[in-house]
Amino acid sequence: MLAHAIFFYFFSILAIFSALMVITSRSTVNSVFFLILDFISVGCLFIMVGAEFLGMILLIVYVGAVAVLFLFVVMMLNVAQQKQSWFIGQKSTHIPSGLIVSVLIFLELLVVIGGWKYKENVMTSSNLVIDTNITNTHSIGSVMYTDYILYFQLSGIILLLSMVGAIILTYRKRENVKTQSYFKQISREKSSAVMLKEVDFNKGVNVDD
Amino acid sequence: MIEIGLGHYLTLGAIIFFLGVIGIFLNRKNVIVILMSVELILLSVNINLISFSIFSGDLLGQIFTMLILTVAAAEAAIGLAIIVIFYRNKGSIRVEDIHEMKG
Repeated sequence: MLAHAIFFYFFSILAIFSALMVITSRSTVNSVFFLILDFISVGCLFIMVGAEFLGMILLIVYVGAVAVLFLFVVMMLNVAQQKQSWFIGQKSTHIPSGLIVSVLIFLELLVVIGGWKYKENVMTSSNLVIDTNITNTHSIGSVMYTDYILYFQLSGIILLLSMVGAIILTYRKRENVKTQSYFKQISREKSSAVMLKEVDFNKGVNVDD
Repeated sequence: MIEIGLGHYLTLGAIIFFLGVIGIFLNRKNVIVILMSVELILLSVNINLISFSIFSGDLLGQIFTMLILTVAAAEAAIGLAIIVIFYRNKGSIRVEDIHEMKG
């Protein structure tokens, strides 16, 4: 229990620190690195609490794909020189209202968490009780591919749609580049391409007509 | 303090949510940091779902977390594509330069 507490506090303090650094760090590249650190520490928390499949998925999908995508875009757009100007330079007019709204949300969440209790029958009303005899990955797979197959396929469609959308958004048609025209290639016919000629003896072919 | 319960994980989720909201409000830099704040908020939602799922012994929360991960990845891809074409058209992605809709 003590080890659990020690690891919980270590990883959660790391997560909170890196989340703070994401929103306050001066260069965007540092923000992306702290975002990666945040995902790693929360993934370790997931693994520690017993959801090891989702912790690993968080590491693979976020650290491996999404954060690298962020890093790639930051480096491609050349925004690394744009320094953070929070409290210097021109003052933002919505910093006080933003702070008030954020602190209010946080206090509301704390009140909700502090005064919150389980209903008595919530532990027995569940349909998908976690089976401790099989691994976490096994139990998620046995539910997700049977009862929730439609949601699974729907998420696949969402991913396909986002891929198509990203390609269409960033596609740029360039001028003066020779490309294939599939329609012209396919609609080409014999009558417009081949000409039959009678060739007289010892005269050759007149190519002009 | 030693006994780690559901409240600890929910508090962690609340703090990360709060930091994400602050990051959206107080950002004076570029739009990419706002997208990262949205990722932080989705991460806090995932923390909540997984801690409820583990501490109440119900597997459904982990499946929803899976779907939220999918939607977050799709959102990041589309958002970054929009940022790329905005940068290509305007040459800047600073927050104060984005005022086409006079909002």
